[in-house]
Amino acid sequence: MADYTYTPMPDHGARTSVLAYLVTAAVILLLMMVFGLLMRLEQAQIISMGPVPFYELLTLHGAGMVGIVSIAGLAIMWHFLSQYVDLSERIFVTNLGIFLVGVVMLLVSVFSGSFHGAWTFLYPLPSQSMGMWDAGAAALFLGGLLLIGAGFLLLHLDIARAIIARYGSLARALGWPQLFGPDDGHAPPAAVVASTMVTIVNVIGLVIGASIITMMLINLYHPAFTIDPLLAKGMIYMFGHIIINAVIYMAVIAVYEILPRYTRRPWKSNKAFIASWTASTIFVLFIFPHHLLMDFAFPKWFLIMGQVIGYLNTFPVLVVTAYGALMIVYRSGIRWDMASRLLFLSLFGWAAGAMPAFIDGTISVNYVMHNTLWVPGHFHTYLLLGMVSMVFGFMYYLGKPNQQAQGNAIDRAAFWGFAIGTLGFTLSFLYSGMESVPRRFAVHLPAWIPYDRVASAFVVLVIACTLWFVTRFLTRLGQSARDYPRATLVRSAVA
Amino acid sequence: MSQHYAVWLTSLALMACVASGFIFVALNSGRREENYAPLAKHAYRLRTKLFWVLVLVFGSAMIYTLRDLPYDAVSRDMNNAGPPQVVAATGYQWRWELSHDRVAKGQPVEFRVTSADVNHGFGIYDTEMHLVAQTQAMPGYTNVIRHTFDKEGTYKVLCLEYCGVAHHNMVAEFQVSDL
Repeated sequence: MADYTYTPMPDHGARTSVLAYLVTAAVILLLMMVFGLLMRLEQAQIISMGPVPFYELLTLHGAGMVGIVSIAGLAIMWHFLSQYVDLSERIFVTNLGIFLVGVVMLLVSVFSGSFHGAWTFLYPLPSQSMGMWDAGAAALFLGGLLLIGAGFLLLHLDIARAIIARYGSLARALGWPQLFGPDDGHAPPAAVVASTMVTIVNVIGLVIGASIITMMLINLYHPAFTIDPLLAKGMIYMFGHIIINAVIYMAVIAVYEILPRYTRRPWKSNKAFIASWTASTIFVLFIFPHHLLMDFAFPKWFLIMGQVIGYLNTFPVLVVTAYGALMIVYRSGIRWDMASRLLFLSLFGWAAGAMPAFIDGTISVNYVMHNTLWVPGHFHTYLLLGMVSMVFGFMYYLGKPNQQAQGNAIDRAAFWGFAIGTLGFTLSFLYSGMESVPRRFAVHLPAWIPYDRVASAFVVLVIACTLWFVTRFLTRLGQSARDYPRATLVRSAVA
Repeated sequence: MSQHYAVWLTSLALMACVASGFIFVALNSGRREENYAPLAKHAYRLRTKLFWVLVLVFGSAMIYTLRDLPYDAVSRDMNNAGPPQVVAATGYQWRWELSHDRVAKGQPVEFRVTSADVNHGFGIYDTEMHLVAQTQAMPGYTNVIRHTFDKEGTYKVLCLEYCGVAHHNMVAEFQVSDL
């Protein structure tokens, strides 16, 4: 018999380690956004920095954003998971330290060594720069990524250890006894199921990434050690896809934990939920051929699998996650504040962003849209409007002054400004992609420049709102550490 | 309507559908219904309908779009009269070398694409600067695309895989005409 009663859970403030992750994420996110703005301004021919600085910023923006959304996602996941399993805070903090060393390596390799091989470091480009950077710069960049990956892997292994210690196995932690047997209502909480999925996929992805990076490092100094470029490409995109996809699965834990507190309705790990997360585990591991659809050299079945899984992958987000949020919010009497607004918006961002994504993952569409600006169009939608909104929602939640606070007029203006700014920015990308504007071009044709100018204006709006969100969070750090109820009470039911 | 425009409109339509769901719920979130169980049951029934609608619509689209794959263009064209015109294309940092700079209108052209150094992207742009075909140009591999040009004019090849500082300058041209 399904049980819809909500069991109130106490609100925990964030530990200093979690706040350290979030502060790091907030600051680097802003810097990476500024790099992004500079790139759009260059393409719009409003500034003129030249192609080498452009491609250097492109490289750092990519690596920086991937790294920093991983850090933010890890912070959210760790904060909530630590309430269910016994995680090692020492390893959590060590990972942040390793990450920061890696960041320094990346910055030096680009700003000092002029490495600009893009964050996707597609073999054999790092070792074939036409004299534009030397092997040392490439090695420093790849080494920085390897170090960051090693830190992440260490953290995920500790998370796996803790989950297994508490639940007995990863299969139990995914809720498989309740999926394949009777649903006894004792499946692990949503946060645990999600963390288990992320841990499985990220361990696999990170090992693949570390392998190809190590192979490339050897090749840099021993060119006779060659790598089949198709294998290298496959490994790079499998690693890259898993890592970046996993971050939204980490961040959505904030929705699972916080939105029920606002609606006083449970988000249960029922069969549909568990099935959805098991499906996502498989999909995230095998969808990466959607990055390779124009690599005719791969076997046809492999590429078709990319399209098929791309279509299947719309189901968990549309039918379970986004729908689940809509269900608990509908007729809930929710009183909107900044946290609940941003978390609700984030699920729209994820679901909406998935639409241009699976469409581009259609092979016959990809044939005429791959590597145009359509691609950054769709991933900026679900990363900015989806994942980053979850992070801002979490930050506002932690720093909420008291249970009744709803945010002042500037908060609300920043919310709408962020939503409109991001939509305008991503729609500009998508429109440019429709017009076949290639991605990763430092210099644009005159016909493309108006779209870049429109996009730049929206980016300025996004950065201004982000600056407000980050400032709010940084001034409320003390608040964020305290335990007290934060979710605004629902309006009482109509008699 | 061009394929690109159809993709844009479809994406906007789907995003609007998602948005309307969220707006509807947001506008109906203020009055609390304390008895959640019947609401939840109703929502689950609706979700089952949504699931099957998506299976029907997305599933059909998926199967329909798998009929016409660019990988099959060569074998699909076997019945066409005459051998295709073959153009060998090689990407270098930072230029394209095409074996022919002129092809015939209305007949299949086979581009055999490779790279001499790093990954490039062989992207064919028509006279209106819309992308009509592409494949990856890889070192050690030759990818074959087959395309029939129905309109005369000057076509361009742009590089669609980042390959270094002059990636945006790698442009080649060829003519399509009645030969």
